[in-house]
Amino acid sequence: MSGANATAGFAPPRTLVLPPVGLLLAWTVIALVLSWAVVPGLFAWHDPLQGVAGEQLLPPSLEHPLGTDGLGRDMLARVVYGARESLLGALLAVGVGLTLGTALGLLAGARGGIADAAVMRLVDTLLAIPSLLLSLSVIILLGFGSINAAIAVGFVSVAHFARLSRAEVLRVRRTEYVEAAFGSGGRFLAVLWRHVLPNALTSVLALAALQFGSAILALSTLGFLGYGAPPPTPEWGLLIAEGRDFLATAWWLSCAPGVVVLLVVLSAERISRSLGARRT
Amino acid sequence: MNMDIALRPAPVAATTAAPLLEVEDLAVRYVSGGTARRVVDGVSFSVAPGEVLALVGESGSGKTTTAQAVLGLLPPNGRIERGAIRLDGTDISRWPERRLAALRGARISLIPQDPTTSLNPVRTIGAQIAEIFEIHGERDRGRIRARVLELLRRVGLEPAEMRARQYPHQLSGGMRQRVLIAIAVALRPGLIVADEPTSALDVTVQRRILDLIDELRREEGTSVLLVTHDLGVAIDRADRVVVLRNGTVQEAGPVRQVLAAPRSAYARQLLRDAPSLATPRVRPPLPEAAGIALRVEGLTHAYPVTGEPGRVFRAVDGVEFEVRAGTTHALVGESGCGKTTTARCIAGFLRPTAGRVLVGETDVARLSGEALRQFRRQVQLVFQNPFASLDPRQTIAAIVEEPLRNFDPIPRAERERQVRSIIERVGLPDSVLGRPPAALSGGQRQRVAIARALVLRPRILVLDEAVSALDVTAQARILELLDELQRDLGLTYVFVSHDLAVVRLIADTVSVLRNGRVVEAGAAERVFHAPESDYARELIAAIPGNTQGARMVAA
Repeated sequence: MSGANATAGFAPPRTLVLPPVGLLLAWTVIALVLSWAVVPGLFAWHDPLQGVAGEQLLPPSLEHPLGTDGLGRDMLARVVYGARESLLGALLAVGVGLTLGTALGLLAGARGGIADAAVMRLVDTLLAIPSLLLSLSVIILLGFGSINAAIAVGFVSVAHFARLSRAEVLRVRRTEYVEAAFGSGGRFLAVLWRHVLPNALTSVLALAALQFGSAILALSTLGFLGYGAPPPTPEWGLLIAEGRDFLATAWWLSCAPGVVVLLVVLSAERISRSLGARRT
Repeated sequence: MNMDIALRPAPVAATTAAPLLEVEDLAVRYVSGGTARRVVDGVSFSVAPGEVLALVGESGSGKTTTAQAVLGLLPPNGRIERGAIRLDGTDISRWPERRLAALRGARISLIPQDPTTSLNPVRTIGAQIAEIFEIHGERDRGRIRARVLELLRRVGLEPAEMRARQYPHQLSGGMRQRVLIAIAVALRPGLIVADEPTSALDVTVQRRILDLIDELRREEGTSVLLVTHDLGVAIDRADRVVVLRNGTVQEAGPVRQVLAAPRSAYARQLLRDAPSLATPRVRPPLPEAAGIALRVEGLTHAYPVTGEPGRVFRAVDGVEFEVRAGTTHALVGESGCGKTTTARCIAGFLRPTAGRVLVGETDVARLSGEALRQFRRQVQLVFQNPFASLDPRQTIAAIVEEPLRNFDPIPRAERERQVRSIIERVGLPDSVLGRPPAALSGGQRQRVAIARALVLRPRILVLDEAVSALDVTAQARILELLDELQRDLGLTYVFVSHDLAVVRLIADTVSVLRNGRVVEAGAAERVFHAPESDYARELIAAIPGNTQGARMVAA
């Protein structure tokens, strides 16, 4: 409180406010990956599916910035085109988790009593099963494929969303403005829709951003294990798995998609943190 | 306003000895989000040994920041821009944290505002008092223990051995404040900074705590810097007053002088607005012809006591009163007396265990479901805290409009017209309509809450401590508004408050509650001037500034 700055004088302080660099970087990464998904043709000039004979396992060069894989396909193109598959899968997964989880949490928190007990025991059960095992079971029930993998991953996160939204709904339900809303003649559903849901949603959305990162990771895991998108679809997890066979000679094949997954997950986490901090 | 007011004789030392604390041209600014705001600007005052100086002002006036600067406890984003804080002639305003830490507790100590959050819940009272001796270098366990017990007796916490072993949750708010006072006086500091030491406490407890501080001050010759928003407290307890507003000194001088002949317009306004000093407005005589708007009969609300099956706690126990249409009935008492429970039963938020609440022919206690919902058009509740009772995500227009959307469908344009007219009615500009509650001051928010309650045109308004969270100035304006609305719209009020001074300004009839029972009831003027029960007398005597207020009324 004292120190050198105390003598700075009375002029308005010209403190340069640094923008949060990490957050800007995180948004940049997400924006870049999003544009890969929307217009992959702008970022890659090779076909992601057609290999060129005689160009197998080339190291990174100007023509192939990330080298080529065992079938002579351009790795950059596969990573770029893979963004659509991975992002759509993650979005679907988060969407499933968010809607189902929030609905369950809202029901439990707002109704209380038996509904609350039933929902929360269900959630406890879901949490007790290892998440990979749970998503594998769902895939086996639904069948293979990228959509089903996404649903499986989303199903696993239902428990987390339900827990958080129930806690938030309970908090908001105890506030005076909710009581005042009932006091001014509000019906149960109207109050839930107008006051409880909007006020409970902020931290749920922060969790959604966090789950987006985890979903990409989980989808990649499933892809790596061969439960996700079938080859030759470029999917990040699958790319890592395919590169595994050449790890000793062409390490970049696994590393490039691995680093992309890492960056996207970290960025989602950073953005989630900033969303979480904004809630009051 | 010239009258002779008997005050405590000022300590002789005040005029002769060198000041213990001297604050000169202090300016403090806060930096947040890249913008700097100066909250204290050129404040100067001094405190003589043994003197009580009161810093008075509304919230945001910079009084707490000034006190924090004196203690070296400004928040991390606060900086002293200029000025000096001299303790015994040495400027401490630029001392590093380590030197200040040695000073705090030993030379200057703090009595914090909120006793409920200022003690560590997992350590015993004894250990927490002992800590201050340990911090300041005492190692002898036996001596520390003896001093702790002595301090506990000193602040009136008996039996000391038992209290030392107790945890904070086992003590009441007043007792916790005593513990904090014991910690503050432990090392016999020269100056005690008391930051709103009693604003979280009931009036009778407040009086005893202030008496205790006064007594310790007299015995030890300690100086006190008393930070308060309550001019009544300042007048009762201080030798001199410094009135702050927007970080600048508006008025400074001996209490007697400020009270009798305030020079600044702001001090004059504060004196006018302070409920304990204001002259009760002459309320029109009760309209005898008016019917009974609300009748409460044998109202009882009991909770089962947790852990003791079969035992119940009666929060409200056979409360009875009736309110004539167009008048104000006040429910007064200390926290835990059942006044809020009664109010919630009347407003239909709580179903009483027994008894009837008659609004016209309807018994509120029997209503449920759709009938209760329809009934809400007749009785509306205004909550205590306008910071919690408005949805932060809605705009003011949406908040006020909402009750209209809950009943018969009204076209949008008509709803908007009604919202505009009620917002204007409660004295707010049109421009607030699009704003969120966070952009409004406490007084403005409470106006919004009143507008929301009135938009359904209820007959009865239940006001649960509706002005307690506001500054005296905002409080006075809201009381005026309520008065005006009552006259124009013929409203009936049930006014719940712990503050007798406020009640006297607005109520026609009063019920004084204690432990869930009505101990005294009658016309407000009669209860104030000729209380029959000891408890009512005690409550009235505890109003800060009461002696002076009574004199002003008499003069």
